[in-house]
Amino acid sequence: MILTVDHVTCYRYNRPARALVQSHRLMPSNCAGQRVLNWTVTVTDGIAGGTFRDGAGDWIQGWTVPGPVSEVTVAVRGAVETSDQAGVLRGHRELTPPDCYLRSTPVTRADAALTALAAEAGGAGEALDRAHRLADLVADAIAYEPGVTEAHTTAAEALKLGRGVCQDHAHALIAVARAAGLPARYVSGYLFTEAGRDHEAAHAWAEVWVHGLGWVGFDAANRCCPDDRYIRLGSGLDAADAAPIRGIARGHGIERLEVQVAVQAVQQ
Amino acid sequence: MAVTTCFNEMYEKGRVRPPYRQLEDWTRAMPAELREMKQAEAEALFRRIGITFAVYGEGGDPDRLIPFDMFPRVFTAREWARLERGIKQRARALNAFLADVYGRGEIVRAGRIPGRLVHRNAAYEKSVVGFTPPKGVYSHVVGIDLVRTGPDEFFVLEDNCRTPSGVSYMLENREIMMRMFPELFRENRIEPVDSYPEKLRRTLASVAPLKCEREPTVVLLTPGHFNAAYYEHSFLADLMGVELVEGADLFVEGEFLYMRTTEGPKRVDVIYRRIDDAYVDPLCFRPDSMLGVPGLMDVYRSGGVTICSAPGAGVADDKAVYTFVPEMIRFYLGEEPLLNNVPTWQCGKEADLSHVLAHLPELVVKEVHGSGGYGMLVGPKSTREQIEAFRARIEADPDNYIAQPTLALSTTPTFVNEGIAPRHVDLRPYCLVGERIELVPGGLTRVALTEGSLVVNSSQGGGVKDTWVLAE
Repeated sequence: MILTVDHVTCYRYNRPARALVQSHRLMPSNCAGQRVLNWTVTVTDGIAGGTFRDGAGDWIQGWTVPGPVSEVTVAVRGAVETSDQAGVLRGHRELTPPDCYLRSTPVTRADAALTALAAEAGGAGEALDRAHRLADLVADAIAYEPGVTEAHTTAAEALKLGRGVCQDHAHALIAVARAAGLPARYVSGYLFTEAGRDHEAAHAWAEVWVHGLGWVGFDAANRCCPDDRYIRLGSGLDAADAAPIRGIARGHGIERLEVQVAVQAVQQ
Repeated sequence: MAVTTCFNEMYEKGRVRPPYRQLEDWTRAMPAELREMKQAEAEALFRRIGITFAVYGEGGDPDRLIPFDMFPRVFTAREWARLERGIKQRARALNAFLADVYGRGEIVRAGRIPGRLVHRNAAYEKSVVGFTPPKGVYSHVVGIDLVRTGPDEFFVLEDNCRTPSGVSYMLENREIMMRMFPELFRENRIEPVDSYPEKLRRTLASVAPLKCEREPTVVLLTPGHFNAAYYEHSFLADLMGVELVEGADLFVEGEFLYMRTTEGPKRVDVIYRRIDDAYVDPLCFRPDSMLGVPGLMDVYRSGGVTICSAPGAGVADDKAVYTFVPEMIRFYLGEEPLLNNVPTWQCGKEADLSHVLAHLPELVVKEVHGSGGYGMLVGPKSTREQIEAFRARIEADPDNYIAQPTLALSTTPTFVNEGIAPRHVDLRPYCLVGERIELVPGGLTRVALTEGSLVVNSSQGGGVKDTWVLAE
């Protein structure tokens, strides 16, 4: 499948910022099932920093925008040829030891309810089967409903609420997988949906480490494993750690954010 | 443990050991009034210099002086040569370990250290995995805390791979002794320590990034004047001839880091940082931190600037990882350790835990991540209630504690109210690691001023002494 991405993030400041610093994780992963045909990242008036590949195999690039800044647009445009790998991350060079992803973070901490959910999947069987059961349990426990949770909602809160979006599903799956002793991480990327409508945000899912197989993706929000409709960008311990764009503006203004994501399939 | 069995570094079997012979005459010739006068003079000098040390958790006067004891601690050239080899060996192994655990991870794969201790350690910094700092050096100043139990018996208490403090005391103690007792330095051939700042500067300059094509610009990054060690930061920056900066003085633009100066922005190549990992870059670590520089980690990881010590270096000086340093020396260097570890029980291991709980009155128990002498139990010096309270803490979180036998720390003569009396000491030398490994002959000797006390931390009322290494 050939997917095109048009992802525009606009930052506006009511009082100009003195300077803006960003760290991007906006390049498609180098892995089997993803071939970049073309890809550009632009930042209005931005000065590109050095680019490097981190221990998790993600391409990272810093950007600075000298002030005064009232408005900055980060535009990601490109096309990627994808193929279905049944959710398994193959051909991805990384050095970070999987057991690093057993650490919990404030948003992925397992409370009693998440620990109980992890236990429900049972400790028996192959890691892959257990991971599938955990993903199903999370999908059953949290109904997809936009607008009820926000960026800082924790896995425990989302489970209690019983509703959430892909970020909440990913956090909850990560929390239960780690509670079950399986390394798990947050993955950010893009998803093409048939409806073809624009999204307000990029997509996210989780990867669980399965010994002997490697990292396997689970999109509990859509009750599936990532296939050729997905473009993987990067990973982290949680949403903040895996964020495609992290930034800090120096100044006292209020930031307003607008995001437009369009993922389309090219007819072949 | 009976204090009387401790090794006294000056007197052995009633005779004065050779390195202390001159000092024997010196103290004998010094009347009590002169000594008191000199002590007052020393204190006035320290006050004038402004060298004070805030004592955490005790409240009171934040500008309290660390008590300075005028009686020097002395090593012979032969003793020091042996220590030096052991310290350098350890500094090499610790750096090799860091390069390995952030690289291929051979030592874990070989099963010589449990992966859990490394990868799930809070000090293991995932964001620098796969990045090799210039010259492969992670810990540029390794402070190794040593104790002595006999003429040739030294043990390493702990390693400090991040930003060991106290070196300003090594330099100031010497300075003050030379001013007050110049005759001692004529009568004894004492190795100088005053080359430390220049050696530190050279070490830092030697690890400038590849992108730096001119004489590297080095800065010292401090959290600010409210930090307990601020005096040391400004003192070292001054002696090295480099700028002392706070996070707000630095900014990232494009691929590089710059400092604001009156002549405009100036590129910075090497940061000697005296702030913790968590505060280095709000974009990468704690977003609420104002102490660091946004974007610094991206510049670092793309080779635009060197951060000393490297973020993540703390995983090598963790108290649970400490147990494995002798193994690191064998694994990376193919050598036998020249300096021994103190035998250590890991409370996280069931067998060790039951031993520890059964022998609390004899042991020293420490928190794995603790420092500064806080959160520890010195069994032989504690009451039953204190021991029982500590037992509950260990049982609640065994992974967080290690235990060691109470060592019979050596004593050196120390001026006290009643005259001269033996007091327990330790030693922290500062090993510099850059293109070369260097160690100035000396270090910081800390002394437990309370009779019988084994806790030398300045935060717990310890004092300091000048430390001499005699020339051949």
